[in-house]
Amino acid sequence: MEMLVFLIPVALMLGLVGLVSFIWAVREGQFDDPDGAAARILIDEDRPAEDPCK
Amino acid sequence: MTATGNPSAGCPSGLAPAEQARASDISAFVRRSPEGNSLQLTVRGAKCAGCLSRIEKSVQALPGVTQARLNLSNGRFDVRWRGDLSANDVAGTVSALGYGVAPFAPDAADSADKIEERKLLIAMAVAAFAAANVMLLSVSIWSGHGEMGETTRRVLHAISGAIALPAALFSGRIFFQSAWSALRRGHANMDVPISLAVLLALGVSVAETIRGGEHAYFDAAVMLLFFLLIGRFLDTRLRRRTHAAAHDLAALQARTVTRLDGTEARSVRADEIIAGDIVLVAPGERLTVDIDVLEGVSQADESLVSGESLPRAIAPGARLFAGSINLTQPLRGRAISAASDSLLADIARMLEAGEQRRSKYRRIADKAVSLYIPLVHTTAALTLIGWLLTGAGVREAIMIAVSTLIITCPCALALAAPVVQVVAAGRLFRKGVFLRSGDALERIAECDHVVFDKTGTLTLGEPELVRSPHDQDMLRRAARLARASRHPLSRALVAAAGAGSVAAHVKEHPGLGLEAEIDGVRCRLGSAEWVGEGTSAATTSLQLWYVEGDGAPHRFLFEDAMRPGAENVVETLRRRGISVEILSGDRQEAVATIASALSVADWRAGASPADKVERLEKLRAEGRKVLMIGDGLNDAASLSLAHASLAPGGAMDVSQSASDGVYTGTGLGAILTIIDASRLARRRMVQNFSLAAVYNFIAVPIAVAGFATPLVAAIAMSGSSIIVTLNALRPGWKGA
Repeated sequence: MEMLVFLIPVALMLGLVGLVSFIWAVREGQFDDPDGAAARILIDEDRPAEDPCK
Repeated sequence: MTATGNPSAGCPSGLAPAEQARASDISAFVRRSPEGNSLQLTVRGAKCAGCLSRIEKSVQALPGVTQARLNLSNGRFDVRWRGDLSANDVAGTVSALGYGVAPFAPDAADSADKIEERKLLIAMAVAAFAAANVMLLSVSIWSGHGEMGETTRRVLHAISGAIALPAALFSGRIFFQSAWSALRRGHANMDVPISLAVLLALGVSVAETIRGGEHAYFDAAVMLLFFLLIGRFLDTRLRRRTHAAAHDLAALQARTVTRLDGTEARSVRADEIIAGDIVLVAPGERLTVDIDVLEGVSQADESLVSGESLPRAIAPGARLFAGSINLTQPLRGRAISAASDSLLADIARMLEAGEQRRSKYRRIADKAVSLYIPLVHTTAALTLIGWLLTGAGVREAIMIAVSTLIITCPCALALAAPVVQVVAAGRLFRKGVFLRSGDALERIAECDHVVFDKTGTLTLGEPELVRSPHDQDMLRRAARLARASRHPLSRALVAAAGAGSVAAHVKEHPGLGLEAEIDGVRCRLGSAEWVGEGTSAATTSLQLWYVEGDGAPHRFLFEDAMRPGAENVVETLRRRGISVEILSGDRQEAVATIASALSVADWRAGASPADKVERLEKLRAEGRKVLMIGDGLNDAASLSLAHASLAPGGAMDVSQSASDGVYTGTGLGAILTIIDASRLARRRMVQNFSLAAVYNFIAVPIAVAGFATPLVAAIAMSGSSIIVTLNALRPGWKGA
């Protein structure tokens, strides 16, 4: 039972870390453009290398 | 003057059609600051990563651009730059890629909604955190029932309380505030029983924890808040998206006005115009302010203002209202203040009357609350008295009474309507229907009589050539003149003729027609008298005459083309037991033609805005529930007076804001979709309230008898919420 003294605060801390990072993400505006975030990862920033087959 | 089809225009994935470029001066929308200029645009047609990178890269390539970021979810495009780049170049770059683009004026209501949405999201996250952690502790208390020592239980209760109390007070303040303001005004809303249940649960649990009792309801309190906040958040988010979409539609029309300051012409936003300003209206421009014409002879298309489908001849002294389109020659006019005794002011007064009446509408949820509150609170009070009379202790009696209040769970009741509304409005949103409020669904579902406006609603609002086989050659010849004109009949002629050459030196005579000399032969296109044909003026349909030299004039007939699917919609409505009526400001003959084509016996023509309002009042007095569908300025007042109303996407912004919803697309099929969806939504709401009632019939006796423990409350509460939500999500939403 003494374990609870450690385990409960640990569980709460983990939960709090999640909550705080979620609130941070909301404030940062990371949920403002979900479609854009999904699309941006597909954009190639670099020029493609010369096609070796040609 | 041939349109160049660019195959690479628009979305590279083919998810949206390419839009045609539209020229208008938007430099008035640039916000200037010492750090540089910024401009917000609304981009339509951007759907995929390809669109995103194409638009951003080509704008970033413009000189001086420091930031170009497109929000793919809502189509807002934020551009910042230094130097003297013109805003029109930015917009031109985007529209050259094949996307629709319009300046976006930030809207105060939108940013308020956004803050509200964030507040709800954070409140929801806090409630979720608390619910998860308290539930963890509660589960150990429940499973340790009978074995757990009193000290351990007490400690666990205390930790639960330490988590739940601040979380519930933080997340629940939205409900507490709303309940408090309702109570202060002397009535009750759904938030009153919610707040009462949460606060009582917290209070009793704190008392129990201090006393070292067995039952604490901390988990019930935060879980209740978590479920309710999910519903509330979804509702707000959908409302904001709908609102933004409708706002964007209106923004497409809100153009700039060319104001003459002395001799200098400047492009300014319409809201900067004050009474007395001199404005210049180019041919083809839509007016955004009411003006008295000072100079210029032209024709105006007033179909959005009066419903009249034929252009009106305009001379100095004439009054033109916002929404009309100047057709042939440039006009100079003096702006009339909207506050003056103008048409818009009249309409604004009528709009207010409609708004007031609509706010008195009692939703199903309101009716449910007015039944629920007295019933449940009386039961709780009787339980308390009953247990006291049978000799139970005061503490025990209060515990049982409070557990009755908690378990009767306004949760399912509070979710019953919003969940259905969110699902229904979300499905409609994806089909291009933007509903303004949740109760619009309920009102539309009740309607038994549909009143259509004609021009622009049942018809496309633009004439279409009635083709006949021997027209072909004449059509090709006449089109050479017509290509030089903006007159709707000319444009219809060109649309039928397709691409081709245009005659040189075409002169336009307002009210009469066009004239040009082609290969030494004088050619004329216009009214019957313009070509010297006086005899057949008797026919009332839309027509154009074409003559070459001294040859015989040729007649082209036009009709205001019906929107696709109009017959089907009217027929289907009738089969569902909804009567249909046409109420138009257009001429008798034009309305009669459409009415007979749709076999609608009930129609009225030449109706002024006041006539329309009078007709709606009469229908209301007869006890009919009217769904009004219209697009013009002349419909705005009747739209806001009707039991429910809809406007097509091309409607005037006044009409759009007067109606309960806006549907996009050329067809009328959306109307059936809306009616079906709203009727289904109404059925589901009634089902949900019945489910909540059934649940209470089972739960209340258990609680009154004193068998309700926190475990029972937790299971009952989440169970009923899930059932109600699943019922809303259950398939059956047609075609969605």
